[in-house]
Amino acid sequence: MSTTTMAAATGIPQARAWRGLPALAAAIVGVLALSTLVPEQGYTLNIFMQAATYSIAVAGLVVVLGYCGQISLAQAAFFGLGAYGVALGTVDFGLPFFVALLAGVVSATVFGVALGLASLRLGGHYLAMVTISFQQILTLVLTNWAGLTHGPDGVKNIARPSVPGLRLESGDHYLGLCLVTLMGITWYIWRLKTTRLGRAMQAVRDNEIAASTCGIDIFATKVLAFGISAVLGGLGGGLFAGAFAYISPDQFGFGESIVLLTMALLGGVQSPFGALLGTGLLVILPEWLRFLRQVYLAVYGAAVILIMVFLPDGLWGLTHRLRRPAPVAAGAVAPLPLLSQRGTETAEIAMAINGLAKHFGGLKALDGVDMAVRRGTVHALIGPNGSGKTTFINVVTGLYRPTAGRIAIAGQDVTGTAPHQRTRRGLARTFQNIRVFRGMTVLENVMVGAERPGNDIAEQPALVVERALAALDFVGLRGDAHRMVGTLSYGTQRYVEIARALAGSPQVLLLDEPAAGLNLSEKHELGLLLRRLKGHGLTILIVDHDMNLVEQVADHITVLNFGRRIADGGPRDVLSHPDVIAAYLGEPRQDAAA
Amino acid sequence: MSLVPQLLFTGFGIGAIYALVALGFVLLIRAASVVNFAQGEFSMLGAYAMVVLSGLLGVPYWVALPVAVLVMAGFGVLFAGATYWPLRHRGQLPVIISTIGASIFLANTVLALYGPSPEVLPGLFDTPGFEVGGVFMDSQYVAIMVTAAAMLLLQFLIFEKTLLGKKLQATSQDKEMASLLGIPVALMVLITFAYSAALGGLAGILVAPVLFVSVGMGTIISLKAFAANIIGGFGNIPGAILGGLALGIVETFGAAYVSVPYKDALAFGLLLLFLLIRPQGLFGEKIAEKA
Repeated sequence: MSTTTMAAATGIPQARAWRGLPALAAAIVGVLALSTLVPEQGYTLNIFMQAATYSIAVAGLVVVLGYCGQISLAQAAFFGLGAYGVALGTVDFGLPFFVALLAGVVSATVFGVALGLASLRLGGHYLAMVTISFQQILTLVLTNWAGLTHGPDGVKNIARPSVPGLRLESGDHYLGLCLVTLMGITWYIWRLKTTRLGRAMQAVRDNEIAASTCGIDIFATKVLAFGISAVLGGLGGGLFAGAFAYISPDQFGFGESIVLLTMALLGGVQSPFGALLGTGLLVILPEWLRFLRQVYLAVYGAAVILIMVFLPDGLWGLTHRLRRPAPVAAGAVAPLPLLSQRGTETAEIAMAINGLAKHFGGLKALDGVDMAVRRGTVHALIGPNGSGKTTFINVVTGLYRPTAGRIAIAGQDVTGTAPHQRTRRGLARTFQNIRVFRGMTVLENVMVGAERPGNDIAEQPALVVERALAALDFVGLRGDAHRMVGTLSYGTQRYVEIARALAGSPQVLLLDEPAAGLNLSEKHELGLLLRRLKGHGLTILIVDHDMNLVEQVADHITVLNFGRRIADGGPRDVLSHPDVIAAYLGEPRQDAAA
Repeated sequence: MSLVPQLLFTGFGIGAIYALVALGFVLLIRAASVVNFAQGEFSMLGAYAMVVLSGLLGVPYWVALPVAVLVMAGFGVLFAGATYWPLRHRGQLPVIISTIGASIFLANTVLALYGPSPEVLPGLFDTPGFEVGGVFMDSQYVAIMVTAAAMLLLQFLIFEKTLLGKKLQATSQDKEMASLLGIPVALMVLITFAYSAALGGLAGILVAPVLFVSVGMGTIISLKAFAANIIGGFGNIPGAILGGLALGIVETFGAAYVSVPYKDALAFGLLLLFLLIRPQGLFGEKIAEKA
């Protein structure tokens, strides 16, 4: 079956990269026709100019805040950098408009990426703090460095571009340019959400740890999202300078950043259409509500709180209720290609761990543990509470750095690498406390897994959909593909996690207490699923308390206690080992032994 | 006139203010995981409460001061009810955004009521100050330092020596566990908000005679509190205090030797430097999340 018929049969539109382009072309023609009705100058034109240029900047907030979950409070600063690029470039340096625009956008981008690099390695609130500071500093510089920026008086007589035949000097034609740019950007941002990068951003927003174990470079994704928002801020600002011919520092202050943020939140920060809606409303509303002039920022502040409490998805989010639910994915998909069927790997040891140690101060949570997970086997790691199992998993997956020891996956050393790099080598995992991407559908969750870098089909969108559906088929969740993952029960979400891991065709699947929180029948089903996986020859490392489950599926058991390996071998030998019995049931009393 | 000791004195004084605000900021992070972007607004409101009480209503200074601090404590509970309570189960991001909204709302409401021109608040003492060994000891700076030290001591005693303090600590370390032990977690969080707002308000009243009372003071003070936190180590209590003091000193020397208009830029520079070189701050531990 070809990929296009595949996508059609399953009712999944994601594969069509150019979706919406005819509508975009029609909209451009329509808007250009309408923009000739706008007068060449004056009040109405200014309203449209402001809405169009602000919308471009607000679209940037959709990417960084809506998709990637990072708060930027400096969008007005990037807007200002773009505007000053155009203003100073054309007025003081005599550059052509588009060269000056490019310079403005580049300077916004450079500052954006630099701030992102400095702050995004840490939690989301660091970016908020750094951008708030940057916003203040830029206002200081624009006001005080009069030699470069003309100081508080601002820059006058900014020329519009002159392109033969387009008459961009005229207000209505220039508005056309702004609107076409805006529509192109809106289309791009709308499509971005359904691309691999867009899903990576949303995964980072919903759960950073899970995203990194799906092979996503969290830091790079965040910097990229913030970079895109800075580019759009700069572009909107550059066009703004051309639109109004005069700019001054007070137009790009902290208050304006809040106005842009409110526009995004009001309209709905999850969608570029929401951004358009919010910007349009907040450009027009203050014109109607002139009596609020003194307090409009106070109103915006209160609006932000009210929106967060009562309308978290904004006005555009309300339209979700009106939309038809997506059809249940029907039609046949190729079975999930597990490793045994591909037969490409020859290394005997799938994962080798030697002398692994992790000390927290004086506490030796892991103390020289060895383990060899053979290809095609189910290897269980057990041990009483506090034995070091969780630390072991965190070290093996790269969340903690080991104090000593080596970890190799399929013969390649991964000891010093980041979590996402281990995933690229073929390590997949599930979590004891379920970590799914709550803002996404079941299918999208599993697609993120299928897009693991290093997976054979990661670069082919149509095959990613197919692989994700196959993984959902395998765990029996095909019918729920289009549901939001948060609406599923706890036990079912665990299967979504397993499907997400399977879709990435892992070398080794690490299951962290998969039976935790499941009821008896769910545990039974899990046991059946694991035996099916085992039948397909998948290499599994399972960490669990549940002896019943472990006995059912394990080929090999390693037992930890107080950070040391106390037994290792086949299930029958290990479970009758006196040290293991002692560890689980307590030491026999000294006098009783005597 | 010995410039360096004089600058050290001034730097310590202003740093003590930053330390107080940063302390309130850290307590909220620890008790409720709330990164409060309206922390500086507590100081602004405290100062304006004082302007209303002692300026407008003519309440004597020493009566107005505790009343203003109490009013701020009450306001802290109100603030929690509006920005934190409805969103507390939805993660960190919505709460952060709503505190940003609150900050804008508060600053601009006061702006609409009082206008942009700064108000003047008298200091704690009538005497301008005294000289010791060539250093002019401004009485307000002395008052700031003494009050800050007293507050730190009081907080230490409450946290370490009383049952309430232990409960507050337990809440900040592990809410779930604290709740299982029968500690009323919601009440503890509200108390933390009240205390944090009172602390911020007190800092605002103390710093008012030095900086003037203006609507913009909140944002500036918020920024200093963030910076103090990052320098000291995010969420670290001694770090916040030392970070605040360090920031005050760097800023005062910067204004004297580098540039006055860019004084506020120095805090940002220091913040960036720490983010790049030592993101865990002076006292912070490596930031790791448990899977």
